[in-house]
Amino acid sequence: MRQRAQGKSPLRRAIDVGLIGSIPALLLALVGMVDAFSNRYLLEESVSTGQVMLAVVALIVGYLAARRISLPAQTVATKIGYGAVAGLMVGLVLALLLFIGEVVGINLRKVLVNASPALYEILAFNQAPAVGMLLLALMGTLLGALGGALFVMPARLRSAIITGITVIILLALLRDIVKLVFQQYEPTTALYRFLFTPNGGLTKIGLLLAFLLPAAADYVWSAGRPTLDRRYHALPDGTQKSVRWVGLAVAFILLLLFPTIFGRFPSEAMNNVILLGIMMGLGLNIVVGFAGMLDLGYVGFFAIGAYTMALLTSPQVGGGMNFWTALPFSLLASMIAGIILGIPVLKMRGDYLAIVTLGFGEIIRVLVLSDALRPWFYGAPGITGVPAPNVGGMLLNNPETLYYLLIAVMGLTLFISLRLRDSRLGRAWMAVREDEDVAEAMGINLVVTKLMAFATGATMAGLGGAIFAAKLGSIVPQTFNLLISVNALAVIIIGGMGSVPGVVVGALLLIGLPEVLREFAEYRLWVYGALLVAMMLFKPEGFWPDEGHRRELTEHDPEETPQAPGPADPPLPPGTVRDRAAVARADIRATHTEDEAGLDE
Amino acid sequence: MSLLTCHHVTKRFGGLVAVNDFSFDVPEHSITSVIGPNGAGKSTLFNCITGFYTPEEGKVIFRGEEIQGLRPDIIANKGISRTYQNIRLFSSLTTLENIMIGMHGRLKTGIISAILRPPRTRKEERWALEESLRILELVGLRGKGDVVATNLSYGDQRRLEVGRALASDPKLLFLDEPTAGMNPRESDNLTNFIRELRDNIGITVVLIEHDMRVVMGISEYITVLDYGAKIAEGTPREIQNNPQVIEAYLGTSGVEGAQAALAGQEA
Repeated sequence: MRQRAQGKSPLRRAIDVGLIGSIPALLLALVGMVDAFSNRYLLEESVSTGQVMLAVVALIVGYLAARRISLPAQTVATKIGYGAVAGLMVGLVLALLLFIGEVVGINLRKVLVNASPALYEILAFNQAPAVGMLLLALMGTLLGALGGALFVMPARLRSAIITGITVIILLALLRDIVKLVFQQYEPTTALYRFLFTPNGGLTKIGLLLAFLLPAAADYVWSAGRPTLDRRYHALPDGTQKSVRWVGLAVAFILLLLFPTIFGRFPSEAMNNVILLGIMMGLGLNIVVGFAGMLDLGYVGFFAIGAYTMALLTSPQVGGGMNFWTALPFSLLASMIAGIILGIPVLKMRGDYLAIVTLGFGEIIRVLVLSDALRPWFYGAPGITGVPAPNVGGMLLNNPETLYYLLIAVMGLTLFISLRLRDSRLGRAWMAVREDEDVAEAMGINLVVTKLMAFATGATMAGLGGAIFAAKLGSIVPQTFNLLISVNALAVIIIGGMGSVPGVVVGALLLIGLPEVLREFAEYRLWVYGALLVAMMLFKPEGFWPDEGHRRELTEHDPEETPQAPGPADPPLPPGTVRDRAAVARADIRATHTEDEAGLDE
Repeated sequence: MSLLTCHHVTKRFGGLVAVNDFSFDVPEHSITSVIGPNGAGKSTLFNCITGFYTPEEGKVIFRGEEIQGLRPDIIANKGISRTYQNIRLFSSLTTLENIMIGMHGRLKTGIISAILRPPRTRKEERWALEESLRILELVGLRGKGDVVATNLSYGDQRRLEVGRALASDPKLLFLDEPTAGMNPRESDNLTNFIRELRDNIGITVVLIEHDMRVVMGISEYITVLDYGAKIAEGTPREIQNNPQVIEAYLGTSGVEGAQAALAGQEA
C-alpha cells in the first residue's frame, strides 16, 4: 500500500486523505449525531456543536494530511496547502450530500433515516442549498488549512490552541451543567450571564475569553514546566514528599467539597462514575488487568451483590436488615460466587474463558428473571423498597450524601487495589498473566492464585451491587445485562490494562461523559466502538498505562552508583527503562511474527 | 549421595515413546549434562522431572522423596528450578519483578497481610527486595533492575532467566540449552558462571546442551539420550570414546567428524 501511495503525486494523496477523512464526517451526519447536537450552540445561536463536530473532523483531517504528506524541506505554505486540500475534500463530500438531498431531491431517508431536512439545514448553515454548499467547501478548506497550520507551528503553540479549542467545545457541550452549577451563587451567576447568551452558546466575548485564557495558561505552563520540574527535583527528598502530600490533601479536600460546589446533578453523575465505572473497573481490573483472565460475566457478581442486599433489606420481601448488616452477606455471596465460577474455569484460557464467563453473567440474569424461581427472586418486576444506607441515624437517600459513602468505598477499593498490586500476590497474578506455565514452575499455585483474583474481583463487584441496590431503592433483573460488563471492560481498556489510575481516567471518560451529555448517551455504544478501535490503532496501551515503579535505583542503592558495567555491558539507550507503552505496542504488532524470532528448536 | 534419581522413567505421547525406560543419578553438587541429537527426548525428560508431564512409568526421586506426578509448583517449592530452551521471561515486567516472582515460594504474605501490610509483611518485602538485588548482582544485572525484560539484550535475558531460577534458592537447577545463541566468549562466561555457582552456593546443576565445547568443559557426568533411551553415561572422556555415542552422532559427518564434534572442536 505504501509503495503505491508513493507513486502518487502529493496532491493526489492529500485528496485521498481528505476523502478518507470525510467518511467519519459523513457518518457523524448520517447517524444523526450532528442533528442531535444541533441544539447546543458554540457561539450565540449561530454555530451549533453538531457543526463543530464536522469542523473538528476537517481540522483533524487537515492536520493528518499535512503530517503524512509534507516533507521537511517543503515550505510552510505547501504544508498548509495539503491540509487545505484535504479539508476541502471533506467540505465537498458534505456538500455532495447536501446536493443529492436538497438540490436533486433524492429522498435518502428511506435508507438513512437521519438524512432529514433538519440535517440539510444544519449542513447549509440555514442558507439556500447552493450557498450552503459553497460555505461547506469554504469552511472545509479553512479548517483543513488550520489543521495544516497546527502541524507546522511549534508544539507549544499547538498544544495551547488545542487546549483552547477543547475548553470552548466542552463549555458549549456542557452548557446546561455549567448553568446549573454557576447559578447556585451570586457572583458565578453574573459570570455565567457574561459568558453565555440566554438561550444559545457562548457570547462573542465569552468565546474569546474561554479560548484565550486556557490557551494562554497552557502556553505559560508548558513554558514554565521544565523549570518547575527542575526546581522540584532540586528540593530535598523530605520537602518533595511534603509537596506531594499537600497536593494530595488539596485534591482530597476538593473531592470532599464536590457536592457542595457543584450541587445535585453533578454529584449524581459522579456517583454513577464511581459506582459503575471506578468500582466495577477496579474489581474487573484485578481479574483482567492483573491476572490476565478475560471475564465477560462480571455483571453476574454485581447482580448477586445487589440481589443479596435487596432480599435481606427490603421489607416488601420480608427482609428486615439494615444496609450495614446486609452488606457482609452481599460481599460473602458474591465472593463465593466468584470462587464457584472460578473452579470450573481454572484450566481455561483466553477465548474459552471469555465465552464461559459470558454465559455465567447471562445465567444469573436469566435465573432471577425466571418464573420458576419467582418465589425467591420475584422475577421480572424485581424488588422494591430497598432502604437507603444509614450512617449514624442519617439516611443517605440523596446524591449529595450518597456521594460521601461512595467516595469512602472508592477510596477503600483503590487502596486495596494498590496494596494488592504491589504485593507477593500481585506479582503472582502478573506472572500468571504473562506466562502460566512458567509461573507454575516458579512455585506459584495456579489454583489459589486464580481463585484469589476471581474472589477479590467478585467481592468488589458485589460491593458495588449492594450499594447500587441501596442507592436506587429497587432493582429489576433487566438492569444486570451484558452492557455493565462491557462498560467495565471498556473502562479498563481505555484507561490502560492493569493500571489503577487508568481505571479512574477510563471511568470519567466512558461513564462520566454520557452522564453529563444526554445526547451523547444515545450514541454511547457507537462512540465506545469508535473509541476502542481508535485506541487499539493509536494508543493500545491506554490513556494511563501501568508505569510500574522504579524500585532498584530509587528506593534502594544509596551509596553505590550503577557504574560498574564491564565493556560487555554498554549503557542503556534512553527510553528502555520502563517503557511499557512501547512494549504494549510491540506486543500488538508482533503477534504475527512472534514465532519467527528464530530461537533454537 | 545422589540428589535426584530417575528410575525407569517412561513417557509416551500416543504411539511415540519420548522417554524410554530412562534411569539416571545426579550426585549432589555435581554438574551433569544431558546430550543427544535433536528430538532425543531431553526436554521431555526435563518436563517429566519438573512436573509438566507425568511419566507413565517409573519414579523420580528427589532428596529421597518420590515426586513424579506432583504439580509443577509443588516440585518447584521442593527445590527444583529451571530455565527454558526458548527464553520465557515475564516479558512486560521489569528485571527486578521477574526475580521477585522467582522468590514467590520463599515469601509468606497472604491476601490479608498484603492489604493490611503489617510490620511483618513490610519486613518481608524489604528483605525480598534486598535479596533480589543481591541476585541481580550475582547474575551481573545490577543497574538493570528497572528495565522491562523484553528490552534486555539477548545475553542479559539469558542471565535474567538464570537469576529468576536462582531466586527460589533451589537445590537443583535445570538449564535447558543455556548457551544457545551465544558467541564463544559469552558461552565461556556463562560456563564459568555456572561453575562458580556450584562452587560457591553448592547448587547442583543439570544441563541440556548442544555445544560440545561447553559440555566437555563443564560436566562431571554426561548422559546421552537417543530416541528417548539412554545409550551411554560417564565422564566426558568416556563419552568421547564411546562407540555407541559416536554412532548416534554419525548421521552427519562420519566417525572422525563425530569424534571431533564430541571433543568440542570444529569438524
